[in-house]
Formats: sequence, structure tokens, C-alpha cells
Amino acid sequence: MAAPPDPQFVLRGTQSAVHALHFCGGAQGREHQRLLSGSLSGLVHIWSLQTRRAIATLDGHGGQCVIWLQTLPQGPQLLSQGRDLKLCLWDLAEGRNAVVDSVDLESVGFCRGSILARGQQRWMLAVPGRGSDEIQILEMPSKTSVCTLKPEADAKPGMPMCLELRQTDSSPRPRLLAGYEDGSVALWDVSERKVCSRIACHTEPVMGLDFDSQKARGVSGSAEKALAVWSLDEQQALQVRGTHQLTNPGISDVKIRPDRKLLATAGWDHRVRVFHWRTMKPLAVLAFHSAAVHCVAFAADGLLAAGSKDRRISVWSLYPPS
Amino acid sequence: MDPVLSSVRLTVREAVHTLSSSEDGGCIFSTLEFLKRYLGETENPALPAEQEEFARLHFSALLRCLVSKLSPDWLGLLPDGQLEELWASFFLEGPADQAFLVLMEALEDTPGPSFRLMKMARLLARFLKAGRMAAVMEGQCRQQAELAFPLLQEALLVRVVGLPDRLANCLQHENLAEFFPQRYYPLLGEEAVRVLQAVVDSLRGGLDCSVSFVSQVVGKACVYGRQKEILGVLVPRLTALTRGSCLWQRVCWRLVECVPDRAMEAVLTGLVETAPGPHTLSRLLGNLVLKSKKARFVMTQKLLFLQYRHSTPALQSLLGYLAVDSQRRPLLVQALKELMETWGSSSAIRHAPLDQQRYVSRAVLICLAHLADAELQDSRDELLASLMAGVKCRLDSSLPAVRRLGMIVAEVASARIHPEGPPLKFQYEEDELSCELLALAAPQPAADSPSEAGSPVTPDAAETPDKQTEEGGVLQVRPQGSDSELDSDDEFVPYDMSGDQELKSGKAPMYVRDCVEALTTSEDWERWEAALRALEGLVFRNPAATREVSVELAQVLLLLEEKTSVAGFEGLRQRALVAVTATAPAPVAEYLTSQFYAVNYSLRQRMDILDVLALAAQELSRPGRLGSTSPCGSPGPTCPPSCARAPTWRAVVDERIRRKTRRFSQGPPRKGLAGSPNEFNAVAGYFFFPLIQGFDRPLVTFDLLGDDQLVLGRLAHTLGALMYLAVNTTVAVSMGKALLEFVWALRFHGDAYVRRGLLSAVSSVLLSVPAERLLEDLPDELLEARAWLADVAEKDPDDDCRMLAVKALLLLEKLRDKLLPLTPP
Repeated sequence: MAAPPDPQFVLRGTQSAVHALHFCGGAQGREHQRLLSGSLSGLVHIWSLQTRRAIATLDGHGGQCVIWLQTLPQGPQLLSQGRDLKLCLWDLAEGRNAVVDSVDLESVGFCRGSILARGQQRWMLAVPGRGSDEIQILEMPSKTSVCTLKPEADAKPGMPMCLELRQTDSSPRPRLLAGYEDGSVALWDVSERKVCSRIACHTEPVMGLDFDSQKARGVSGSAEKALAVWSLDEQQALQVRGTHQLTNPGISDVKIRPDRKLLATAGWDHRVRVFHWRTMKPLAVLAFHSAAVHCVAFAADGLLAAGSKDRRISVWSLYPPS
Repeated sequence: MDPVLSSVRLTVREAVHTLSSSEDGGCIFSTLEFLKRYLGETENPALPAEQEEFARLHFSALLRCLVSKLSPDWLGLLPDGQLEELWASFFLEGPADQAFLVLMEALEDTPGPSFRLMKMARLLARFLKAGRMAAVMEGQCRQQAELAFPLLQEALLVRVVGLPDRLANCLQHENLAEFFPQRYYPLLGEEAVRVLQAVVDSLRGGLDCSVSFVSQVVGKACVYGRQKEILGVLVPRLTALTRGSCLWQRVCWRLVECVPDRAMEAVLTGLVETAPGPHTLSRLLGNLVLKSKKARFVMTQKLLFLQYRHSTPALQSLLGYLAVDSQRRPLLVQALKELMETWGSSSAIRHAPLDQQRYVSRAVLICLAHLADAELQDSRDELLASLMAGVKCRLDSSLPAVRRLGMIVAEVASARIHPEGPPLKFQYEEDELSCELLALAAPQPAADSPSEAGSPVTPDAAETPDKQTEEGGVLQVRPQGSDSELDSDDEFVPYDMSGDQELKSGKAPMYVRDCVEALTTSEDWERWEAALRALEGLVFRNPAATREVSVELAQVLLLLEEKTSVAGFEGLRQRALVAVTATAPAPVAEYLTSQFYAVNYSLRQRMDILDVLALAAQELSRPGRLGSTSPCGSPGPTCPPSCARAPTWRAVVDERIRRKTRRFSQGPPRKGLAGSPNEFNAVAGYFFFPLIQGFDRPLVTFDLLGDDQLVLGRLAHTLGALMYLAVNTTVAVSMGKALLEFVWALRFHGDAYVRRGLLSAVSSVLLSVPAERLLEDLPDELLEARAWLADVAEKDPDDDCRMLAVKALLLLEKLRDKLLPLTPP
């Protein structure tokens, strides 16, 4: 059995813990590929994967932690969510780096937002809402509030911890997967503002989830020692498919590779775990970091990046897609 | 005078005359042909009365005459070896006993290697090959007891059994393969079976016969130590023959009964070892133990108590034999009682070698397996008393092997003797011995097959569950395997994930003082454990900080109790304590040695102190210690995995360098080990002298010369180790002197473990103290030690003690050799 692999390279220089990672621009080739990282000190670094240097630093969150980064499909625009209760929209085109718009948030939690880009211009944004258990849906770029998703009075799922907006091919109606503080995952029908299905898959808060819409299967990680794999059937009902026990408790992020072959988890135990997504067979335990790993991200070409509290970003090339 | 008889005498006299004087081949031939009439088996044999007369009186004389004529010229009188054939036929066809005796006599009288000697040796080989030995023995069996001539029988017996020795003496280098003991005694066995067959046949025909000569032959062969050869042939044949026939069994019993007393032990030992099982043994021996006192003594005393070399199957056969028949079972009960008495006797435990104790234990377990509960109940009190005494003595012993033996036997025996009581259960690890003993305690299968003796039942029983689990494992694996076959489109081979261990929380203290605090006051067990784990590394990294709190830290560690279940607690504590002692040797050693003789410590803690002192001394005296003070270099019992992995990459790199480098010449390695002073030098006294001073002052709770002999043994070993590590130091001489005095005071200690410690201490004195100083300062002590060592090497019951004494004696010899060149001639 081969020894555990080493990272392909390591990015240093964020000078504080890395809390968000995002790949962009992979479609135009490696030289245009960028890795965006958000740090505890509120800076967003843009890394070139060719020179492996930071080519720009965006400072828009007043020193507060950046917890979510997302580029829009229709152009070089970046969304960054910070704990200063602001969601900034950056224009990165042609080397610019200026905030063009910002949304004021009303939740101080750690819940990352999610977007669903439908048309060329209009897209939908889900962010935690004003009430502690609410989720707010906004129409962008007009910033008009579409609706607020509030669980039924007797449900008490606690705060939303992670969000995932989806629109499946079968149904045009947008759905929202939300992981809650009580360990449950709920599927919301956004247009009807009601919960289609809800399953309790963890006993601890859900820290991250990802969904494979082609296989209608999702995975969630929580503060406990297990990953949960669940599926969505034709009737839009969630079902737990199984749990996968881990050595150490605490998963802060889970990501499925775009080709839906690998699953990566970011662990509080300093390790990134890689699984075969379909069989959930463990493939590798990447023990490079010396502190908790906060986020993982996959590039379109299969590159894996992991950001950690130890201020380093490790980039790995595992099982390259053919 | 009877005319018939006188005519025979005349004929023979004439013939002898012709033979001795005539040079005419034809004449000699016809004379011999004529004489052959008397042997029968020709066309016109002589009258039976004449034949008998010839055989009784004249045959030997004729044979002697024939032997005397044997020479190349004489045999060449007629062509084609006709004469030789005729000559030989007299020996091969005449009465076998006389022919054999004459042949043997002639062989022994004929000097040196010569034609005649070789001819006769070949004739004897032919004689054996023709099966005439059976005729010799059969002749003796057929004789009526009153007619037998004891002197002749004795002569015959000595020659039959001693043939290989005698022939080897006569022929020396020319000896024939037929006369080698390896070939001869199996042949003798075969012949004995043929004789017995003849005896059985004639008994069936109503004729009286005696087997006593065969018994004597077998007995004498066994006394000569040829049990394996002769019984190896006899026993399987007799086993087969006695299976269906009562007559054969009777003959066989008679055969063993007639063995003379002085050969009984040899025969019985051989039979017990050769017989494939108790039932066979019972068929061969019958109720011999009830009839013969000697046999009973051999079977129930000598083989059980006075010898311990026999294999377990032999022991099983022996005790099984006693158990098979109801008349013999009282003997088995009696044997068990005596065995238990021996097993429980404290003097036997102290003085008997370990092998004998194992042998007795095996015998006890086999007896228990054979006896029924009712039989055990009758003598239950007696057995229990012996058992309890034995268990107590054994558990007190300082030798682990003796303790284990006590535990195993006590568990099995108490379950049998006292089944209604709560089961006794000791914690011991399973090993070969315990498995073997436990298998013995299981009831034996009824019938004994030939294969049973060869292979004990244990391995089979042990293997079966293994196979099952293997199959189970395969079954478990299969679904995954088939799953991965489906993945053939994306074959992702997993990486090694063995490093995926549970993460310990990062609460480890960063400073030595924090560790002390965490260990003493912390109620947070994770922090407590993390402090314990971190301590060794911290101590090595911060020697200055450690020195400030060294004694306090040593105290904390010494008194530390395992409050939660921490894996490897003992090792962690010991390594930390060793690290502290090595960092601040003088104060900590002073503290530890003073605590060794203080009140209110457990034996465990006292032994920990000794271990720590020895390990710290080893660490201090390690060469090159100053250069690389790595935390994992300490001689702890367990090493962290990172330390174990390091050499492999080093080996890989070295191998790569070696492969890629071309060397034109290979010189000696450039860099030797850098010399550095022995750090133990300055502090050896702190370790050694406080320890050796107080051993004879008993405390209320701690008496080294009394019950706490285990600690005394450890103390002796530790002092020896300290002495050894103090090699090349200036205090070595005075340490050696003190240690020899210590050894002298305790040299007759009753505990083997203590004696081992003393012997190893003597060896380390001889190794560490410079030879010149030994002779100058300690000549008397050395002489006394030498006498004591010689005594131990010869007489000590413990194997290890004897071995250690021999090693120490060798060291003394070497010392003398080293000094001899120095002394002026």
C-alpha cells in the first residue's frame, strides 16, 4: 500500500487562519486558474496557481473573518461573506478589485450562503436571516427579499449552519438544502416556503453538506464522529443511506469533486479525508496540516485545496480525472 | 557300552583323524559327506539314536577340528569351493547353539586380521542371515527346566546379546555391517518374535515351553541400552499379534514376567516409551505391576519421581496403563496422592529443577484426567491440602515460570478436586506450556491409534478455530472485493491510512513546572494524561528547568497512581522518571535511594526505583550521549513509532547512495565514534552505595532478608547492572569490593532468583574492575568467590544459576590468562 501522498504545493502568506477557499477560472486553462482564499483577518487573497503567488489582496470586511467565497458564473464577479455582517460583490474583471455592491446581513452566525444562478443576469442568494432559525432568500442583483424560510413553530431545529441552493433538471422549482444546529438536514421548497422533507442525520450541528444532483445523493458532516450519506427520492423525500464512522470527531466542510468521483472532508483533527464518492470507500487521509482544517475546495480539473487554521493552504492532486 | 554309541564314537574318531592328517581332497570330502549323515537331511540318514549321540557328544569336537583346519590351502584341495560349502554346512545345519558357541569361541581366539578370521566372520553373518539365531534361542526354550545347564545358558546369553561388542573387538576396522548394533538388535528382535511364534505353536500342540531365555535376551539387550532397537521391532509385532489372541497375550505377559529383576527397569522403561498408548501397554504387560514388586516400584515410583526425562506420550501411556484395569486403579490413586504431595512440598519446589517440576505437574494433570470424581472425593482432603500448600509456595516464588506452573495446575486441579466450589481463575498469558498442560487435563480418547502417540491432540484443536476465523475473514472481505470489481472504470487504489490515529487533544503543558502542577493537582484527566505523555520530551529539552524541580518531580512521579486507564502508563512514568534522573543524577539518585529503604512504599514502587536507577545509569553511561540528546534515545521498554520508522528511510537512502556510487577502493570508515567522558563516573556513588548499605536492616513493612526476597533479587540484579555500567570509572574498585562483600553475605540464599542476581553481580565485578586492581585489592575475595562459583556450577538445582556460575568462572579464567604474561617468569 502506497505511503500517504504529499501535497503538490503549499501556499503560505495569508498570515491568519484560512476559512474559505474557492477555485475560479479553470475553464480557460491553468494559467488563468485562480484560487481565492478568505482569512480570519478579513482579507481575501487571490492566488495564481501557475506562479503560486498571491496576485491580489482584497480587504473589504473590516478585519472580520471571511467565511464564504463564490464567483458568479456570468463574469469575473466575486461574492465574499464576512462576519462583519456584510456580503460584498467584487468586480475582478481586468485586474480590478473594487466592491461594486454589498448586502447587509442580519445574522452573526457562521452559516455560509449559497447562490443559484438561473439566468444571465438574475440569480438567487440564500443567506441566514434575521431570526436565529430563519433563512432569507434574495433576488440578485436587485437585492429584493423573495421570502424568508422559517421552520414551523414546533420544529425548533436551531440555527441554520449550512445552505445549498439547487435546481434539479426534473423540476424547475428551486430547492434549498439546509443543515441545522440540531443535526437535521431539511429540504425546502423555496417557492412554497415549506419543508418538503427533513431527516435527523446527526446528533451534533451539521457543519457542512454537499449534494450530487445527478445521483440525487448528498453527504453531510457534523461535529460528531460520523459522516451521513442521504438520498433524495422522486417524492422529494430525504432518506438516510448510511453513516460512515471517522477516527476523530469534527468535520468543518465536505465537498464532492465536480466529476462526482471523490469526496473530500475537512476535519478538526488536522486531516483531510478523501473517499470514493459512490462507495464511500476511504481512499486517503492527508495529514499535512498542524491545526484544524476549515475548508476544502475542488477545482474543475480535479485539483484539491485545503485551508487550515495553521495559515497554510495545501493543494493536492489526487486520482486525476481522466 | 551301547554298541550304537561306540560305533558313533569310532566313526567320529576316524573322521577326525582323517581330517587332521589327510592331504587328499577327495578323501576329506567323502569323510565329511559320511559324517553329514548324522545331521540328518540326507538320503540315508543315520539312526535317530546315533544322531542324538553325535549331536550331544561329538559335534563340538568335530566343529573345533574343522575350524582348526581352515586355511586357503585346505579349502583349495577341491575346486569350485566344494569343500568350503560342505565345511560351512556343518555350522549352518548342525545344532545351532553348539555351532554358535564354537564359532564365537574361535572368532575370539583367532588373532588379528587373517584369512581364517574373515572366513569365520562371514560364516557368522551367514548364520545370522539364515535365521539360526532363532534356532539358538528356540533350543533353549524347548529344554525342560531341569535339563537346562545354567552355565551353558549363561555363556550363550552373554554371547547372543554381546555379539556386536565382541565382534567389534575381534574385527576392529574389518567389522561387517551385519554386526553393527543398529542392524543386529532389530534382527535379534525379529528372531525373538519367531521364537515366540514357535513357542505359541508348540503350546497349541500341547507341548510345554519356557520363554525365560527370550526374556533374558530381551532384558540384557535393554540393560545394554538397546531398548530402541530391539523393542522398536518387538513392540509393533507383539502389538499386532496380541490383538486377537489370548494365548499370545499370555505368552507376552510371561515374557515380561520372566525378565530378571535387574533388567526389569530397562525393559519397562523401553516398553513405556515404545508402546503407542495405554491400551497397548496394558495388553503387553497384563497385571505385571500387581505380580512383581520390582515392576511396581519401577512403574509407580521410579518413572514418576526419580526420573523426569520421559516424553509426555510415555507418561500418558504409563498412567493410562494404571487406569485401564480396575485392579490397578488403586495404584493410580496412590500415585496421584504421592505426586500431589511432591507437587506441594516446599522443599521440592526449592530444590527440584524446573524440568522435574514440569514433569510432575504433567503427571498430576494426566492422573486427574483419568480418575473419576468419586475416586477423587475419597481422598479429597488430602489432595486439597497438598494442592493449597503447593500453590502458596509457587505463587511466592520469584521465578515467573514456577508461578505460572502453580497457576495452571491449581486452576485445573481445583476444578477437579473441588468442583462445587467457586472456580479458581488466574491471569496468565497463554503459551505453549499452558496449552499443552490444559490439553493434558482434558479426558483422553478411549482407543489408542498408532498416530495418536506421534501427534498430540492439541495442535488440531487449536487449528480448527483458526481455519474458521480465516474463512469468516474471507467471507467478510468478499463483498468489498466484488464491490471494487465494479469500480473497474475508476480504479482508485487507497493510500496507506495506518497513520490515521485518534488525535490527542492539544492540552499538553509546555513547561516542566506546568507538568508537575498538572500531575499533582489537575482533575482534568486529559490534561493529566497529556502532561504525562509530554513530560519525557520536556525534560530532555529543558535540562536547566528540570534541575530546578528535579527532586519534586521525581517525588511526584514516584507516587503517581494510575487514576484513569492510560495505555502504557507504567512505561510513560518510568521513562519520565528515567529522564529526570538522567538530567539531574545526583539529587534525584540520592532521593530515590533514600526512598528505597523508607517505610510506606509498596514493593512495586521499590522495584520501580531499582529499575529507574539502572535505566538512568545506562542512559548516563551511554557513549555519545552528550552529542545527541534525543528524547527517544532513552532505553525505555517501548519506543514511539516515529523512532521505529526513522531507520527505514535511512536504510533506503543509504541503499540508494550505495547503488548510485561507484567506489574505486573501500577504505576503513573514516569517522569513528567520538570519545566522550562517562557521565556516570561522577555520580555512580550516589546510585550505588546508599542502595547496598541498608539491605540487612529490616523495617516493619519491608524485610529484604525475610519475605521480600523478590525485591532482594531485583536489588542484586540492579547492583550488578550499576557495577557493570560503572566500567572505566574511578569508583569501580570500591564498588566492586562492596559488591563482593554483599554477594558473600548472601551466597547461600535459598531463592534461585536472588542467587542469579548475585552471580550476575559477580560477573559484572569481574568485567568492570580492572584486572590489576582486582588482584591487588581483592585477592581473598576472589579466591572465595571462585570456590563458591565452582560449587554452584556443579550443584545448584537451577539451570540458570549453573550457567551463570560457569560464565563467571570463565571470566575468572580469562582474567588469569590476561595477568599471566605480566607476571615475571
